[in-house]
Amino acid sequence: MFQATPVNHRNLSRQKLFRFLFGSMTALLILPVIIVLSTLIYKGAPVISFEFLFANPTNGMTAGGIFPALLGTILLVIGALLASVPLGVAAAIYLSEYAPNNWFTRAINIAIINLAGVPSIVHALFGLGAFVIFFRFGTSILAASLTLAIMTLPIVIVATRESLQAVPMAFREACWNMGATRWQTIRRIVLPNAVTGILTGVILEVSRTAGETAPIMFTGAVFFLPFLPQGVFDQTMALSLHLYVVSTQVPEMPAAVPYGVALVLIGLVLIMNSVSIALRMYLRGKKKW
Amino acid sequence: MVTPDSQVEVMASTATPIKLGVKNLSIKYGQEAALDNISLDIHEHEIFGIIGPANAGKTSFLKAINRMDLFNPEMQVDGLIEFSGHDISKVRNVYGLRSRIGVVFPLPVGLPLSVYDNVALAPRLSGENNKAELNVIVERCLRRAALWDEVKDRLDSLGSLLSGGQQQRLTIARALSQEPELLMLDEFSIAVDPVTTMRIEDVLKELKQEMTIILVTNLVQQARRLADRTAFFLDGKCLDIGITEDLFTGEVSDPRTRDYVEGRFG
Repeated sequence: MFQATPVNHRNLSRQKLFRFLFGSMTALLILPVIIVLSTLIYKGAPVISFEFLFANPTNGMTAGGIFPALLGTILLVIGALLASVPLGVAAAIYLSEYAPNNWFTRAINIAIINLAGVPSIVHALFGLGAFVIFFRFGTSILAASLTLAIMTLPIVIVATRESLQAVPMAFREACWNMGATRWQTIRRIVLPNAVTGILTGVILEVSRTAGETAPIMFTGAVFFLPFLPQGVFDQTMALSLHLYVVSTQVPEMPAAVPYGVALVLIGLVLIMNSVSIALRMYLRGKKKW
Repeated sequence: MVTPDSQVEVMASTATPIKLGVKNLSIKYGQEAALDNISLDIHEHEIFGIIGPANAGKTSFLKAINRMDLFNPEMQVDGLIEFSGHDISKVRNVYGLRSRIGVVFPLPVGLPLSVYDNVALAPRLSGENNKAELNVIVERCLRRAALWDEVKDRLDSLGSLLSGGQQQRLTIARALSQEPELLMLDEFSIAVDPVTTMRIEDVLKELKQEMTIILVTNLVQQARRLADRTAFFLDGKCLDIGITEDLFTGEVSDPRTRDYVEGRFG
């Protein structure tokens, strides 16, 4: 009764083939991640200590710690998030929920996607011209954060827009039919169900912001600073730039230090992301349809 | 002096005021006509049935009443719709209009909120935040929608996780929480089992005391059971309108109506 026909056999062997194909692609992708991470841990972990994390660099940066760079990166990421998340989410809400679906809106959407493809060095020059010189912020944490924010805006906008549009239209219509305004519908139904997607965008943004070097080089980050920044108009050190410096610019640098810096950078990104990942898991447990 | 004749006329018109007056209503989506020159009056406290096959324009009719055309630039509404005597195309506070009209869709839409919040949403939207008051509204509406006994112990669980039939009753409870003057049901029983359907039908008969009901249905027998008057829509035209029982006993102005209610259509 259940004897396999030739068609059954063919379907089954194809099913096996494709499963193997997709599985091996996934393995291939994971491999580099594992190699990079294990190399970093193997070579970088020995230099990581309390002093390495929380002391100033000494001896031409070949000894001491990386605290100013660590703090600088945290400040830059927070500054960039403060500027780009409200701006990007607001723009995405307008584009997704309010703007009429016409050629102009579509053109703006395409422009935003293209903005994500602009090289970071171009953003750096824009930030130099706009924030450092035109707005007279000087090379400062403020100018560097805003430059990073502009660079990562497309990530936030696209992620937010996608997650807003993933909320079923029927929910909106049910609310509108009750007499809810667009804003009431957005605030009570659409936005709470899009938060997890928006947080995914924030995770991507944190990773990108913490790792970028070019946009902050001209706008606020410096190789070495003998003191910690006192305000947003001060310059700062940053991990990404520090990694570049200790890898290429300093003679007689102990070989393990760059690995240590890179490990701290990755660890910092992971810790920052785990906050939003935890928040996302909590919210996903609450909201379902 | 008032003659006896005109007195009778006055009494007749005040006894059943018109809740919804529709004159020469046409609806188009782009070039495609959905509804063609419909005129009808719906009286207060009646259940008005609309029957007809798919694509007859029944849902478009309901959308026009609730000014859903404002959310769809493709949708073009011509003609006059008067709600309690007010031309709805001139109503500036469309949110106030919509909050007086409850809508139930063919497929249940449990919003991704708790059962409680689903029913409390409409009162909250109109500014009611008193917890005790909301509790009363939620219980009353859930009881009326014949859902209270099944969900009273899990008001905090998600409305969107209820079964299909329960979600539809939740949708009805939500519509009732608006305390609507007009309740529009669009093929509400598609996703509901027959037993629940009968329970909801009993509820509708009671609700008639308080509000006007438009019942769009693809079950002609449901219209016969519930509707005081019924209209038959076909391809965007209203072919027949009259006392429901008349339509079912052959007193029709278009032979296609008889064919449809007797199931001999097409």
